[in-house]
Amino acid sequence: MLRDITIGQYYRTESVIHRLDPRVKLVSTFMFIISLFVADNVFGYALAALFLGMAIKLSNVPLKFILRGMKAIFFLLFITVVFNLFLTPGNELVKVGFIKITDEGIRITVKMVFRLIFLIIGSSLMTLTTTPNQLTDGLESVLGPLKVLRVPVHEIAMMMSIALRFIPILMEETDKIMKAQMARDADFESGNLIQRAKNLVPLLVPLFISAFRRANDLAMAMESRCYRGGDGRTKMKPLIYKKRDGIAYLILVLYLVAMVVLTILF
Amino acid sequence: MIRTENLVFEYIRRDEEGNVEGITRAIDEVDLDVKPGQFIAILGHNGSGKSTLAKHFNALLYPTEGEVYVDGMNTEDDDHLWDIRQEAGMIFQNPDNQIIGQVVEEDVGFGPENMGVPTEEIWERVEESLKAVNMLSFRKSSPNHLSGGQKQRVSIAGVIAMHPKCIIMDEPTAMLDPNGRKDVIRAARALNSVEGITVILITHYMEEVIYADKVFVMDKGHIEMQGTPREIFAQVDRLKELKLGVPQVTLLAHELKKSGLDLPEVVLSREELVQELIRLRDRNGK
Repeated sequence: MLRDITIGQYYRTESVIHRLDPRVKLVSTFMFIISLFVADNVFGYALAALFLGMAIKLSNVPLKFILRGMKAIFFLLFITVVFNLFLTPGNELVKVGFIKITDEGIRITVKMVFRLIFLIIGSSLMTLTTTPNQLTDGLESVLGPLKVLRVPVHEIAMMMSIALRFIPILMEETDKIMKAQMARDADFESGNLIQRAKNLVPLLVPLFISAFRRANDLAMAMESRCYRGGDGRTKMKPLIYKKRDGIAYLILVLYLVAMVVLTILF
Repeated sequence: MIRTENLVFEYIRRDEEGNVEGITRAIDEVDLDVKPGQFIAILGHNGSGKSTLAKHFNALLYPTEGEVYVDGMNTEDDDHLWDIRQEAGMIFQNPDNQIIGQVVEEDVGFGPENMGVPTEEIWERVEESLKAVNMLSFRKSSPNHLSGGQKQRVSIAGVIAMHPKCIIMDEPTAMLDPNGRKDVIRAARALNSVEGITVILITHYMEEVIYADKVFVMDKGHIEMQGTPREIFAQVDRLKELKLGVPQVTLLAHELKKSGLDLPEVVLSREELVQELIRLRDRNGK
């Protein structure tokens, strides 16, 4: 199940979308999600589908790969459908016992399903085409203005990138500890849910201790390399807007205008 | 380059409730003087205070008593803190826990970024540093895919990119396999002889110190012995008392000499021993 989640994964290939500035992708994804909630009729959704389809086509990421990520949210989708379909008041169409389906219910359900699917595809397309590094750089830059409000933007971005760096290391460590405990007759696979959770304790305790130790070492290494927060820091790979980023913004604005016009007209 | 005067470092031991159990003197009145361009080795078994000492050279720890000077700057002087950390780079034991970047070249650029070096110069520095440790071909790799020795060389490059005058290596080879160890020591020696960077190598592998200009042996926070590797390894029995060995070749030569062969006092390398044995054979053959 965990392996099926494509959200947050990077798909390595060459495309215009991959080369776009991460800031463009972040802003576009955010605006796209907002536009999904602006859209209120068939034309709006058709436009969103067109926009998304175009982006997928340009990104060179196989559609199959993107859809595989949808499996993970199938459950969420199912719950949304059940709740909206059966619990929306309106003109009754079908009634079995206390369960009734209304015309309003069907309308909202269809809307929600499309919204959710577009939302997930849209945001996973962003992570599929942007390396985690670029993503944190982009976030730091896009959220930069929040520094005025004393939001520690640089620190958050640094934490994210360190977390990303250490995920594989800690995974490996988990595996190692697990094997060591299994060699001493620990059992991680049988028993009921509570029993299994209890069995995880001998795995989690050493893992946490080691993570803290690593954090301490890393902090020392960073300090010894003159790290002193974001002020006065230069960037090895600064983000610079190119012509294609301008074009992307233009397309985004056109899309948003079209969406608003479609919503008001119909 | 680095000078300590009467350096003492104490820390307070506490039990689980935080009550003071006692005071441990990790470093006890250490005086040492490292000249620019030297290759220095500090030896000692676990808990001898050598790592604690190293952390003083980079202003990661401050003396309880006495002074530490790096290039004439007192480490307790806050105004010079960042100058000291730039001039005296530090390599730690665990290669995984000191690499910050997710790509080799980004990690090497981390130090210069922190120092506020302009972007173009960062790229130049990254390239020359990776070249200096022979890791340029890995610049786009993820650190997770490198071997221990390679990671440690990346860490060294990360320090070189800050253009330090001195590199302090705190057991850089302790977690590496023999090949990785050789590579790291080779890189350190090259930096010392080619770039003229002062190197302070802290280790408990005897084989690594034979190239040093000067060796300090630490025990219980004291400097017990100091001198050239030849002078140090001449005292095999004294070293054993300090729970330290000597390189295998040196030990072999020592034992051979004890049993009557006419060998010099100290033999440091295999080549040297072979030479001496050939000399003996030729002399006896005549």
